[in-house]
Order: sequence, then structure tokens, then C-alpha cells
Amino acid sequence: MWPMTSATQRSISDEIAHIHATAQPGETRTRLDFAPYRSSVLRHPTKQPLTVDPEDVELAAPVFGQSDVDPIEADLTLHPQGEPIGERMVVTGRVLDAEGRPVRGQLVEIWQANAAGRYVHKRDQHPAPLDPHFHGAGRCLTDDEGRYRFTTVKPGPYPWRNHDNAWRPAHIHFSLFGREFTQRLVTQMYFPGDPLFPLDPIFQSITDETARQRLIATYDHDVTTHEWATGYRWDIVLTGSHATPMEEDTDA
Amino acid sequence: MREHGPSAPTPGQTVGPFFHYALPYDDGPRLAPAGAPDTIRLHGTVYDGAGAPVPDALLEIRQADASGRVPATEGSLRRDGRFTGWGRAATDTAGRYSFRTVEPAPVRDGAAAYFAVTVFARGLLDRLFTRIYVPSHGLDGDPLLGALTEERRGTLIAMRDSDGDLRHDIRLQGDRETVFLTFPGHD
Ligand SMILES: [Fe+3]
Repeated sequence: MWPMTSATQRSISDEIAHIHATAQPGETRTRLDFAPYRSSVLRHPTKQPLTVDPEDVELAAPVFGQSDVDPIEADLTLHPQGEPIGERMVVTGRVLDAEGRPVRGQLVEIWQANAAGRYVHKRDQHPAPLDPHFHGAGRCLTDDEGRYRFTTVKPGPYPWRNHDNAWRPAHIHFSLFGREFTQRLVTQMYFPGDPLFPLDPIFQSITDETARQRLIATYDHDVTTHEWATGYRWDIVLTGSHATPMEEDTDA
Repeated sequence: MREHGPSAPTPGQTVGPFFHYALPYDDGPRLAPAGAPDTIRLHGTVYDGAGAPVPDALLEIRQADASGRVPATEGSLRRDGRFTGWGRAATDTAGRYSFRTVEPAPVRDGAAAYFAVTVFARGLLDRLFTRIYVPSHGLDGDPLLGALTEERRGTLIAMRDSDGDLRHDIRLQGDRETVFLTFPGHD
């Protein structure tokens, strides 16, 4: 079912190399217009965004609380019929704003493939097994230091149809909120040393090498626990907030 | 533990094709209960640059209530009758989204009323911000709308259906591309 015009990895890699070679140094934002990711071609705006000072409703993030999230939702390995297959791991870190302040009590949502690289999604039909004991979605609230913590299994890489023999590096999708509506972020966390990094048009849509590295978690043996789970640490920095910080957020 | 001082933001990445079992939820598009008095539907279609509907987009809205107050109330995931002023809706196979909510009132006297909106989609590498203005008085004095040509303004103002609902399409690309926003400090 490959489209007749499917590009090779070599030609996709050449396109990526060309864009990177002509990109401005210090361009740290993800590019919306990044043709090696074929689905972006008709889905990126072509006009410059309008810069506005956020007001009222844009200065207020949605509020989530304990009535929204059950603490067991942070453990993706819990299943009434048994344990998922794969490398059990803990992913933890802090959600901070650009001023370095913790984002407290905010919602963090994650979703991911199972250890075989398969999502519980009807559109994922590639021939890897579903795991009857792994759903792959979780959520939690950050604590007073801005910390989140999930227990899950390490996701596998998976093929996709961007081009011939296209594979995504292993990743976990993250959804985050800040203090303001303007700080909303959806991104992906990757694992250190993945050989698929240079080949992946989604990861490479960030042309700045240093900025790309911010999406890669660190293995942390202090998070790893004896005879239980490996540990990864990944801090997330949201854009700056615009409102005058409230007293409790300024210092402590 | 506290690290003060500026740090560089974490870049965004696409929401991808597989968010449906994680992000949308039953009450996401239902900010107000169906059948409650004075509720409206805010609905429309998301289109790509070829004019084709986008069946794998996700919209989030943040809004004031009918008296112009922006709620700071938990309970968006388990609503329990609370109006939180935040909602989330995925597009269907025809690219359509629909929220059941109350019409926001201006937050300040003389200001325009609008929904703040975030757009996500497969193929969209980072989120987009926009606004959906309620088509009524107050639009003329709005500084954002005032900075746009008549044609571009139109992409931010909802249309009133005959039954009182609000209809608003989002075009990611093309001649009638929606005006998207960026905020100071976002580049
Ligand atoms: Fe994915």
C-alpha cells in the first residue's frame, strides 16, 4: 500500500540536510513548514503570525485539581488482568516556566506505543502485537516543585508512511499546561542515543542542534530502583509568562 | 531545589496521528450540559491548504462565562456540573468540531468577546493559537482586529446560525488562511 511516489530515506535525509544547512543559527523553535515531514506540506500556515499582547482569557490557564485526576492514572503498568511486557521504567522531571519557576498543580498527559512499537489506536495497523495489559495513556498533576512522575514501559520504535522504510525513534507524547493559556505545549520525549534521530523528519524539524537535545531524556540511576524499574529524567520548560507573578510564585 | 533565571523553552512536536485514545474525552466538548438554558453550539470545520477537511485535528478553547468572568475552577476532566471555561474537541472524519457551551461576554466594558483557541493536528508540527470572536458589538474597538485588513479580520469572527449557534471554520493554509497569533517571548 505504499504510495507510488514514496521517497527514499536517502532523499528525505538529503532534504533535511539542505534545510539545516540553510537555517539561521539559533532558530530554536520547531519549524511548521518542514516538507520532509510530508503531512506538514498542506497543514502549515504561510502567513506570519500576528504578535499580540495576551489579555484576560489568554492570561488564564485552565485549572485542574484532584477531582480531575486519580493518582493511579500516573501508573501505566497497572492493569487488572496482568502486567505489560517490556522494560518497566519511571519517567520523572519538572515543569518550569522560562523564568525557572515551577508550574504547580498543572495537568500532564502522556501517550505512547507499547514495547513492540504498537499504539492502541485503530489507525495503527502495522504488524506488531498489541499488549492486552497495556493501554499507553496516563496523566498526573505536578506537585509543589513542579514535578511529574509516571511509571510505564519503554516504548518501541515504529514504522510510519512518511516515506519508504520510515521509522520513528522511540518517544513518549507529552501534553502540558502552564499558568497561562499562552504556555500550552504538546511535544515528544525521546531516549538517549537513538540511532533513528538523524533519519526522523519530525525530530529534525527543529533545525538547531542544541534545541533538539532538549527533547531527549537523561538516564538517571538515582531514579532507577532496585529490581524494579529503570529511571529517566526529563525537565520541560514552557515559554515565559506575561502576567505579574503572584506572591507565592516569586520566591520561597 | 529552585532554579531561578531564564532557560530556553522546550520545543513543541506534532500531536501525531494517535492522540485519540489519550486526549479527547466525553465531556471535553461539553462545557455546559446539553439542554441547559442559554447554551449554544460553537462548531465548524478545519481545512488544509487544499481545502480538504482535516479529520485528525484537536481544538481547545478557553473562555469567559456569560457574565464575562473567567472561571478558575477545577473540574474540566470530570465536570460534575461545573463551568470551567475550558474545553477540548477532536475533529470527526469530516473535519468537523463542535462544542456545547455558553456564549462568552466581554471581560471588560466595551471590549470584544472571544474564545481563545489552540489548534493541534497530525501534520502540524507545533500548536497554533488563534481567537474566535463573537459577532456582536465591541469588535470595532478591538486592537487585534483593528490591526488587520477587512479580509483577514473575517477569518477570526464567527458567523451566527439562524438557530443562534456560532459557526467558525479554521483554515490552516491558503487564500483565506486563519489569522494565527504569537505572543511576546514565543520566538
Ligand atoms: Fe507517536
